[in-house]
Amino acid sequence: MTLARLAVVGLVVSGLGSSGFAPDAGAGQLRGRPSGSITVFAASSLTDAFSKLGHDFERSNPETTVSFSFNASSALATQIGEGAPADVFASADAASMAKAVDGGAILSGPIVFARNRLEIAVEPGNPLGIHSLADTVKPDVTLVLCAAIVPCGRYARSSYAKAGVHVSNVPTAETATATLTKVALGEADAAVVYVTDVAAAQDDVDGITIPDRENVDAVYPIGVVKETQNRALARAFVDYVASSRGRRTLQHFAFLAPRP
Amino acid sequence: MIAIVVATIAIAFFAAPLVGLLLRAPWGNLWNELSAPATVEALKLSLVCSAAATVLSVAFGVPLAWVLARQQFPGRRLARALVALPMVLPPVVGGVALFLAFGRRGFIGQELDDWFGFTLPYTTLGVIVAETFVAMPFFVITVEAALRSVDHRYEEAATTLGSGRITTFRRVTLPLIAPSLAAGAALSWARALGEFGATITFAGNLPGRTQTMPLAIFLEFENGNTDGAIALSLVLVLISMAVLVGLRDRWLRA
Repeated sequence: MTLARLAVVGLVVSGLGSSGFAPDAGAGQLRGRPSGSITVFAASSLTDAFSKLGHDFERSNPETTVSFSFNASSALATQIGEGAPADVFASADAASMAKAVDGGAILSGPIVFARNRLEIAVEPGNPLGIHSLADTVKPDVTLVLCAAIVPCGRYARSSYAKAGVHVSNVPTAETATATLTKVALGEADAAVVYVTDVAAAQDDVDGITIPDRENVDAVYPIGVVKETQNRALARAFVDYVASSRGRRTLQHFAFLAPRP
Repeated sequence: MIAIVVATIAIAFFAAPLVGLLLRAPWGNLWNELSAPATVEALKLSLVCSAAATVLSVAFGVPLAWVLARQQFPGRRLARALVALPMVLPPVVGGVALFLAFGRRGFIGQELDDWFGFTLPYTTLGVIVAETFVAMPFFVITVEAALRSVDHRYEEAATTLGSGRITTFRRVTLPLIAPSLAAGAALSWARALGEFGATITFAGNLPGRTQTMPLAIFLEFENGNTDGAIALSLVLVLISMAVLVGLRDRWLRA
């Protein structure tokens, strides 16, 4: 009985090794077309856009699988630095990408593939009549922001600073999506998130524009991770995201084009 | 009288969250939610990892329990305290500590990386390690208590009749503690299944690789997919109740 137990343990341990449960990252090319599978670590604000991009890419390249892990860019950069199994990294700010580059985790110069702006998300119908950042800090408004250390939170606070509005002691959530959800679920009256998040939420929230002089230019870089198991496929996906077709899809989700 | 009132409030306090879950559950849509690909992956991953953690807990736990129960050695109390620590330690602290030991720059993880190019964080094996860390103590403590309370005369009788030590253990001791073995395994399985803090800190929240049921529930809830979160929660509630029912004779002697 002891032997049988040991055998089971051995089987389980060896079977689940380092590549874990996900499909094996295959070799590079098959008949000149990329094949195999990659994991893309992407900012949570890219969830809908990248899911679509991944789906389209898989359809155009039948032997491929693209999986995603969406989270705050700062968290993803940390994970990549600790050896998490990513093949591509798409960040919502230059700082998180710089952190990954400084850690030697990015293969070659990351490229900016999209830009984003901030918007105020409020409950449908805007019952509290919020029309500016200043309105969001009024005492009867429950405001929620992204945590200060994640890109969305840094952008939001810099926006408030530009508008000369003081904001402190605000409840926060860890990702842009989670922050928006608070408003969508009726737990908060207002949130400052990306234009793309408001667009993705459709009828669940209304968006209030933040004027250009108070808004921020969120820059989204993407790069291949050095420790990728499938360099060819990772490069192919990055190329696809930066291509005109990729940019059209991103614009469909309300992202702005990268500056030429 | 006051005791009854306070007790009723306390029971209501425990019942309320469960009632909330059942009231808000998407009963009509339950099957759709549970068969979503991400949900199925989380379910499969949870079952595989918790089963592996339980197997490891038993494989290492039985010898450990035996040594703690039967052997006298200097530092035995310290050893027992170390084994019991994960039961009281906040799980997220366990995750951070595991990271510092087995992460890429951890004092053990660094050797693993240098020698085998292999890291534990953010892998399925890392999930199993984290779950074993929190679950094994439950098994060891249960079995150790059982070994202590076993009537030694049966084992002595077997030895005097010519049975070797391993045979005695296999054919006399183990059957005697079998109910505790089962209970300990069930406890550690349930604990491994529900583990969140150590898993998310040590293994991250990667779909298909390290996103177990509790992590999936957290992500769904955070991102507004309340229906998905509730559906998965119901599965875990059901499993928890099944474990309680199975262990009712040991815990809830009415």
